Amino acid sequence: MSPIVKLNKVSKSFGSLNVLQGVSFDVAQGSVVAIIGRSGSGKSTALRCMNGLEKINGGEITVCNHHLHQNVTKAQLRALHLDVGIVFQSYNLFPHLTVGQNIMLAPKWVRKQSKAEAKDLAAEVLGKVGLAEKFDAYPEQLSGGQQQRVAIARSLAMQPKLMLFDEVTSALDPELTGEVLKVMENLAKDGMTMVLVTHEMAFAKGVGDKVIFMHQGKVWEEGDGEILSAPQTPELRQFVGNGL
Amino acid sequence: MTYTFDFSFLAEYWPELLSGLMQTAQLSILSIIFGFLLGTVLAVGRTADSKAVRRICAIYVEAIRNTPLLVQMFMIYFGLASIGFKLSAEFCAVLAIVINVSSYTCEIMRAGIESIKKGQLEASDCLAMSWWQRLFLIVLPPATERVYPALVSQFILIMLATSLVSQISAEELTSTAVRIDSMTFRSFEIYTVIAVIYIALAFVFRIGFWALSQLVFPRLRRLGTPL
Ligand SMILES: Nc1ncnc2c1ncn2[C@@H]1O[C@H](COP(=O)(O)OP(=O)(O)OP(=O)(O)O)[C@@H](O)[C@H]1O
Ligand SMILES: [Mg+2]
Repeated sequence: MSPIVKLNKVSKSFGSLNVLQGVSFDVAQGSVVAIIGRSGSGKSTALRCMNGLEKINGGEITVCNHHLHQNVTKAQLRALHLDVGIVFQSYNLFPHLTVGQNIMLAPKWVRKQSKAEAKDLAAEVLGKVGLAEKFDAYPEQLSGGQQQRVAIARSLAMQPKLMLFDEVTSALDPELTGEVLKVMENLAKDGMTMVLVTHEMAFAKGVGDKVIFMHQGKVWEEGDGEILSAPQTPELRQFVGNGL
Repeated sequence: MTYTFDFSFLAEYWPELLSGLMQTAQLSILSIIFGFLLGTVLAVGRTADSKAVRRICAIYVEAIRNTPLLVQMFMIYFGLASIGFKLSAEFCAVLAIVINVSSYTCEIMRAGIESIKKGQLEASDCLAMSWWQRLFLIVLPPATERVYPALVSQFILIMLATSLVSQISAEELTSTAVRIDSMTFRSFEIYTVIAVIYIALAFVFRIGFWALSQLVFPRLRRLGTPL
């Protein structure tokens, strides 16, 4: 089966700073890919490029049959966003809406679902992240871990074919990190295709079908979780040595 | 100094004062509604992607904010009349105040719009929302809620500024007072009465705006905290 995501020699620069320098990798349908690497190595940028949040300067990206290139249009991006969900480190819940409204918003307005349909769906995805009872709470009334799980539920409600996660546990203390990782692990078990940038090495190794180590804007090393136990490059060896 | 206060004219003139009050309230409410709408459109323009749109809105706002309301009113009423557009004083009054208040509302709403974090916009884009959906569902509601107290202060100022329209002989509270004064020569008493009425009206407006906030900002109603 052809990969659901394909990056081919992707380059991206901010001004004179070349953040991605020919990044290529594939994501197979139903797999979990973990991107690791030092701060500033371009992990978030790579993820954001996959979702069109950053326009690439060279190469090409194919995501769920959508092609991203330098001149991608707004309409093409919207079509892409119907298939790809993303969860951010800072949750980005809408503060003026309740948990339920946050989740129902896009199904109602974008997918044009009826209020009843959207409500059922919201209840279902909230149940999946273990927060069914928080339907009427406002985001600020929740802990960070709960907010992040709501953000995941909001993304799930759009029934994406691919989910992107950018360091979704970095702002959380260890206890709350655990509950969010548990939700992600369950998603992986359900067969969701996921690409995640993470600093949780144990999670990358345990849940990731593929681990990508980025360094200086390049894919430095790539393989299954075992590359973390037996790094081939001095850079990964040093990174793992510091990280564990 | 021997001056005896005499408020007895009120017995005869209170119906006129009442109708002046109603006209002031009506003028204010119309100006506030349309001024808010136009000001919000301008604020969206001032934060638009297009540099040309931002420029045009900025020039409009700066031009209006740096000229006196009275001069704007004269331009519209006497100015337009002198080049052949004869419009009613009441219409010109509302038009002038709307134009004036829109420029101030624009700056307040702009601050609200700019307070919306980039992450909010990215989140809505990534949920495949259109530009319009993003604006009306994600940007404007919290933006308005955040600057609501500043908007209310501005709207009260505008209600008080409607007194200026007496200068183009539009009917409202102050022009009614001027007329009663010219008939009774009880200047001190009549303007004291008028001042008290303005205070009462401002109070009623504040209560009205508070009630409106409870209606349109459900989060505020539930939690009572600023956003
Ligand atoms: N919008 C931007 N404008 C300018 N420079 C940027 C921008 N976004 C990222 N960068 C720069 O690009 C480089 C890579 O950033 P990126 O966020 O992709 O790193 P990262 O691997 O995700 O790091 P971290 O682990 O700290 O999140 C950094 O040097 C960063 O300063
Ligand atoms: Mg990052």
